Amino acid sequence: MNDQAQILPGTLDLLILRAVSLGPLHGYGILLRIGQISANALLIEQGALYPGLFRLVRKGLLQANWGTSENNRKAKFYELTAAGSNRLREETDSWNRLAGAIAAALSPQPEEI
Amino acid sequence: MKILDWLRFRMSTLFQREQLRDEMEEELRSHIQHCADDLERSGVGRAEAERRARIEFGGREKYKEAIHVSMGGNFTETCAQDIRFSLRQLRKSPGFTFVAVLTLALAIGANALVFAVMNGLFLRPLNVPDGHSLYAIQRGNDKYIVQSYPDYQDLRDRNRSFDGLAAYNIVQAGLDTGKDPSHVWLYAVSGNYFDVLGIHPYLGRFIQTSDEHGPSSAPYIVLTYRYWHSHFQDDRGVVGRTVQLNKHPYTIIGVAPPEFLGTLLFFSPDFFVPMVNEDQLDGSANMKDRGRRWVFEVLGHLKPGVTTAQAAADLSSIGSYLEKTYPKEDDQSSFSLVRPGLHGDFFAPAMRAFLAGLMLLAGTILLGACANLGSLFAARAADRGREVALRLALGSSRMRILRQLMTEATLISLAGGAAGLAGSVVLLHRLSGWQPFPQFPMNMPVTPDANVYLVALLLALASGFLFGAVPVKQVLRTNPYEIVKAGSSARFGRRLTVRDVLLVVQIAICAVLVTSSMVAVRGLMRSAHSNFGFDPHNVMLVDTDLTMAGYSEDHVPAMQRRMIDAMQAIPGVTSVGLVDTPPLHMGWGIAPVFTDQTTDLKPSNAVAEAITYSISPEYLHAAETALLAGRAFTWQDDKNAPKVALVNREFAGKILGSVTGAIGKHYKLKDGTRIEVVGIVEDGKYTANLAEDPQPAMFTPILQSPRSDAVLVIRANREIGRDPEHLVAAIRSKLRGLDAGLPAFIQTWDEEMNGALFASRMATMSLGVLGAMGAMLSITGIFGMAAYSVSKRLRELGIRMALGAQRKDVLLAALGRPLKLLAFGSVTGLLVGILATRVLAYIVYQATPRDPLVLGGVVLAMLLLGLFATWIPAQRALGVNPMILLREE
Repeated sequence: MNDQAQILPGTLDLLILRAVSLGPLHGYGILLRIGQISANALLIEQGALYPGLFRLVRKGLLQANWGTSENNRKAKFYELTAAGSNRLREETDSWNRLAGAIAAALSPQPEEI
Repeated sequence: MKILDWLRFRMSTLFQREQLRDEMEEELRSHIQHCADDLERSGVGRAEAERRARIEFGGREKYKEAIHVSMGGNFTETCAQDIRFSLRQLRKSPGFTFVAVLTLALAIGANALVFAVMNGLFLRPLNVPDGHSLYAIQRGNDKYIVQSYPDYQDLRDRNRSFDGLAAYNIVQAGLDTGKDPSHVWLYAVSGNYFDVLGIHPYLGRFIQTSDEHGPSSAPYIVLTYRYWHSHFQDDRGVVGRTVQLNKHPYTIIGVAPPEFLGTLLFFSPDFFVPMVNEDQLDGSANMKDRGRRWVFEVLGHLKPGVTTAQAAADLSSIGSYLEKTYPKEDDQSSFSLVRPGLHGDFFAPAMRAFLAGLMLLAGTILLGACANLGSLFAARAADRGREVALRLALGSSRMRILRQLMTEATLISLAGGAAGLAGSVVLLHRLSGWQPFPQFPMNMPVTPDANVYLVALLLALASGFLFGAVPVKQVLRTNPYEIVKAGSSARFGRRLTVRDVLLVVQIAICAVLVTSSMVAVRGLMRSAHSNFGFDPHNVMLVDTDLTMAGYSEDHVPAMQRRMIDAMQAIPGVTSVGLVDTPPLHMGWGIAPVFTDQTTDLKPSNAVAEAITYSISPEYLHAAETALLAGRAFTWQDDKNAPKVALVNREFAGKILGSVTGAIGKHYKLKDGTRIEVVGIVEDGKYTANLAEDPQPAMFTPILQSPRSDAVLVIRANREIGRDPEHLVAAIRSKLRGLDAGLPAFIQTWDEEMNGALFASRMATMSLGVLGAMGAMLSITGIFGMAAYSVSKRLRELGIRMALGAQRKDVLLAALGRPLKLLAFGSVTGLLVGILATRVLAYIVYQATPRDPLVLGGVVLAMLLLGLFATWIPAQRALGVNPMILLREE
């Protein structure tokens, strides 16, 4: 539990977009998928997912439809819109640039050795 | 259409919100079910699985709230919630709500009132079309606003900056409509006056330029709506009627619209006559004299696009032409423009300074009120520490709690603002119709307009924000876990804080005001019974001006003698005198006096300035002014007899060396007349200020210094205060018997004295109002501090009680500090107040603080104030139940 990392502010939306990019999912499913693709390394409070979901729907990046889940329960399924997949691509690029830059900055420099 | 659309939109969002809430609820339930399914699969029982799923999910309410916010904030809904909750909170503490609303109502009301007066007198232009471009003309560096008639004509015809220049002058006259002749105030106006102002008649027509054909060519009258309403009972047939004005026939040609009250604030005329007829009315010959400046004001609308500087330059170039052409009459002929309404810069600066001072004072009162309400509010917030902590713990955001507190503050301030505004609107309407001087029609256009409402609203919102902001820090620092666990902290500072100092200052100011207003009231009460050098009780004053009934100078003395004799014949009248201006009445005469040895009679050689009275022989009797030595006048002291005078003690002592040796001595006037003193009378009060120092005064026989406008002083032998009507009717019938066309103003001398006491009354009243404001501030201040102190120390008080403390000890512990501050502030204020009343003594006659009643009154007032302010907190402190308290906290 303790070696899970607190997620950076603003990155939850990106994770949600990434999780549903592989196919429609309901809220609990998104949570499980994030756990799966991040190898359970990220700590997300379950309820905190929903404000993000509603926000993304309002922005038109996700669309939601009621359906029936694998457990035979009624659930709301989310999937990417065209705008959503565009946004995911842009955000992924910019995240990679940022992560690369920070990793480069933090890696041992020649003069330190 | 727009409103309908908006409504539809609102309705649909409301509907969607319901739907959204249901969906959200269902989705969260579904999430927890899925989570529980997983847990169940790992071998947990269903009930336990659902419980753990709910725990893992976290604060459901918190997230729902967050979802609402993420959906773009439901502002109106939150606001409505806040308002509902605030109203509930306020209803729970009616005492606090009442004090807060009342305080704000007084403070905001005072501000609105002062602002409305300022708005009416300075900010708002005169009530004529396009009032913003209306300007009056003033001359030279001394800014004389009066002009001569020929100069006015030149300015009017030669300028290129104005859409016409109009002129007006103020004249008094006697109006005879066939019934009661009355005294009236007129504007004598230039023919283009109404055209230039751009107003249209309510009835008939206005005076026009085409009416003017030289002196006395236009005997026409335009009535003001007010005079038409009060004296002609709205009779539309009045147009075309002929009336007598100073015994000359004039035709009424029209009525002005109701909203037009002349072009001067403070004073409105009864009607308008053409200026070309002014010579006829006042018997002067001023129209052609360029050196005599008597035209009261010249004004006009600037042409579109012309600036005031351009217009002034234009007028000044005409001025330099006038200077060159008429070097004797027209010096200093540069011109500037000024807003009309307050007679140029004549009383505007003093009024402006006075109002600015008042505004500052009112603002300070409002700030003080906000500071006090802030501490009251902080006390409430402290009381509600547990509630706040609980709400925070349940997932409310700090923003939301602050927003609710602010809503509460705003509600209070809006209620206070509305109440204050309502009060000030009532007062303003009263003030607009206020006629304190029966002989002088007033015009105070201070009715509130949109500006006033806006300022009141802004002040209300600002003050709500100010005092609502006081507990912000407290809320932000609240640590929910600590408070829920341990209760609110019981720390209450022992050291002197800014708040203490502020409170002491407020109490001290309050005590100063209470002291001064009590001193003023006592002074006023005493001055009603003091000796003025005459006795105004049981005396009627009849003010007449014989020129208004067409008497020429030669006929005036004989007519006045006949009037005196006629009054003497009324049963119950003991003596009748005549005086040009009664003492303590506006319009007294002053003359420089020279010793008999002075030969060069220039002003700097005068020994003194003496107040002058022309009196008939019986005046001293009628006024009951004591003759100390020598003889009174007789009717033989006429034009042909040697000039004589009676002087008062002050005159005799100061100018003639001694009181005893004064009789028989001579003094000189400016024109060289030698006057012999034949008698000494007692000192008295002469100018319209009872607080004046003793002044030298001289009385001369009315036959040696004749006056056509004079006042009959009629003393009756019984109490006329209760039934003056009888005597008034008798006087009127006697006057009608002598001359049916003579206007006369009749009132008792006691009523007349109200004018003399006006300044003192006003000072007393304003001090009273300020005292009430100060008391209100102190009460809220002490109340706030006491309430805060009690609520912060409730636990301590409970422990004290549990350990056996007496009621007295509890009270002392709870309220010792505010009471100490009260005592300190009161004593300081009382001392300062006693010093301050020395200043007051200049305005209010016989104001002295060395009066046991005043001192006792102040102490009593401050005690009552303290009792009142600490009553609720004291009850609360005494009502502490240690068992409940200790269990709870």
